[in-house]
Amino acid sequence: MAYALQQLINGLTLGMIYGLIAVGYTMVYGIIGMINFAHGDVFMIGAFVGIIVLTALTGITSVPLGLLAAFLLAAVFCGVYGFAIERVAYRPLRGSFRLAPLISAIGMSILLENYVQVSQGALERAIPNLIPGGFTLMDENGFVVQLSWMQISIVVVTLIVLAVFTYIVTKTPLGRAMRAVEQDAKMAALLGIDTNRTITLTFIIGSCLAAFAGVMFLLYYGVIDFYIGFNAGIKAFTAAVLGGIGSLPGAVLGGLLIGLIEAFWSGYATVAYKDVAVYSILAIVLMFMPSGLLGRHEVEKV
Amino acid sequence: MTTLLALDRVSTFYGPVQALREVSLTVEQGEIVTLIGANGAGKSTLMMTIFGTPAAKSGRITYQGRDITRLAPFEIARLGLAQSPEGRRVFPRMSVEENLLMGAQVVKYADYEKQLALVFELFPRIEERFNQRAGTLSGGEQQMLAIARALMSKPKLLMLDEPSLGLAPLVIKQIFGAIRQLNRETGLTVLLVEQNANQALRLAHRGYVLVNGVITLQGSGAELLAKPEIRAAYLEGGH
Ligand SMILES: Nc1ncnc2c1ncn2[C@@H]1O[C@H](COP(=O)(O)OP(=O)(O)O)[C@@H](O)[C@H]1O
Ligand SMILES: [Mg+2]
Repeated sequence: MAYALQQLINGLTLGMIYGLIAVGYTMVYGIIGMINFAHGDVFMIGAFVGIIVLTALTGITSVPLGLLAAFLLAAVFCGVYGFAIERVAYRPLRGSFRLAPLISAIGMSILLENYVQVSQGALERAIPNLIPGGFTLMDENGFVVQLSWMQISIVVVTLIVLAVFTYIVTKTPLGRAMRAVEQDAKMAALLGIDTNRTITLTFIIGSCLAAFAGVMFLLYYGVIDFYIGFNAGIKAFTAAVLGGIGSLPGAVLGGLLIGLIEAFWSGYATVAYKDVAVYSILAIVLMFMPSGLLGRHEVEKV
Repeated sequence: MTTLLALDRVSTFYGPVQALREVSLTVEQGEIVTLIGANGAGKSTLMMTIFGTPAAKSGRITYQGRDITRLAPFEIARLGLAQSPEGRRVFPRMSVEENLLMGAQVVKYADYEKQLALVFELFPRIEERFNQRAGTLSGGEQQMLAIARALMSKPKLLMLDEPSLGLAPLVIKQIFGAIRQLNRETGLTVLLVEQNANQALRLAHRGYVLVNGVITLQGSGAELLAKPEIRAAYLEGGH
């Protein structure tokens, strides 16, 4: 019981991070119908901006101020990267054959990984735990269930970010334009929406979410390298597909489920096969629900 | 009268296929102009070419004296032209309200309130369905919504592509009544594409006939209604 509770806490924390990344995949897929394979690397760049800022500010500012700076600068940098990636790698190929932007995306991903490897080094980089401590939830025959301040912070920050994001998508003119372009880009243009600008902003917003996820990943694990974007990216992409690609709540749900599956599988079976468990469950879900858990299957009149 | 919209020898292609051949047409301020023609004649292509998607390959399109032939669709939309396109194209996963907000994209909030009142007066159904998802509306309601959405931008030129398609006679009557009312009371200029030639020609001041991408006839609504070739091709056996 205590052990399960501990895995639940760990799984939810990790799942929150996956969910934030998955939202970026699903947004871009929804609006231009392509998988942005470089998204995981934007997440990685967010983590690196985080570690550079936090290392530089250590001892100069207080921890909360340092964290705030890390989050904001990571968002700014990743926003610029997202903007540039769309401009350089995808926009010129719009209207080209379907595989072209996909190949370009993979190329972009390799480019970003190598660029960070060259500029930041291939070795792992580490920071100390900046939000130490926590409290004990339960003590069952010597097995202690811990809820750390770090985990609480990650969950709270993610919920705040998702709340702001949800507000933007559902209530603001920008969010409405994004959904309109997603549903019928040509009609949106006929109503005066600059679809290119809307797509650019979608990339920027998705990249900011990945930046937040990257900094939280850094804080949670304390260790990063240029390759973290690959694994996290694939997990988050799987989360987006599991939740129903194109569905924003689905991406968050998918992220949480994958975090939980990983945590429980590692806790009760073997860590080595946790990825097998994730993909098996994805395969099983897709067999019965081809459009994912919250994918679209509503009736629409034409 | 001043000319609001003019097409001068406009040709449009889909790849190698030519859909419009040197089409010339004018719409004067305050007029209802209708464009009739059989299925596949190029009517929808003409409406979309005015909005630059697909763009005209040759010829010139001027709106209020300004050349708009090479503008992007969204720039054209911001000049005061609004279209209810073929197939309605309401945003299915948005509410009626959000669809109307999308239509009002280019206007100020004060105008939004004013246009909303106008739309509710013309189509009380829209007010009843205000919070419903557009994808779940009936065909007639979706058509009303498409027209209402176009009206929300407070357009100077309202373009309607087959608003009567697939609708019950009573709903068609209501929609044509709304077009007439808008034109009489607010002086709104309308370009109306129809296969339903009889009612369209009765409503319109002037009309053009499009056959295989070419304008073959033009004249006042009454003139065209009286022509034997129109009667034979579009009216006899029809409504
Ligand atoms: N997107 C398209 N691609 C290729 N050909 C098209 C496209 N849209 C229309 N056409 C062709 O252009 C011609 C005119 O079509 P359209 O403008 O839809 O006619 P109408 O609206 O009068 O029924 C038809 O032959 C049609 O097959
Ligand atoms: Mg048509």
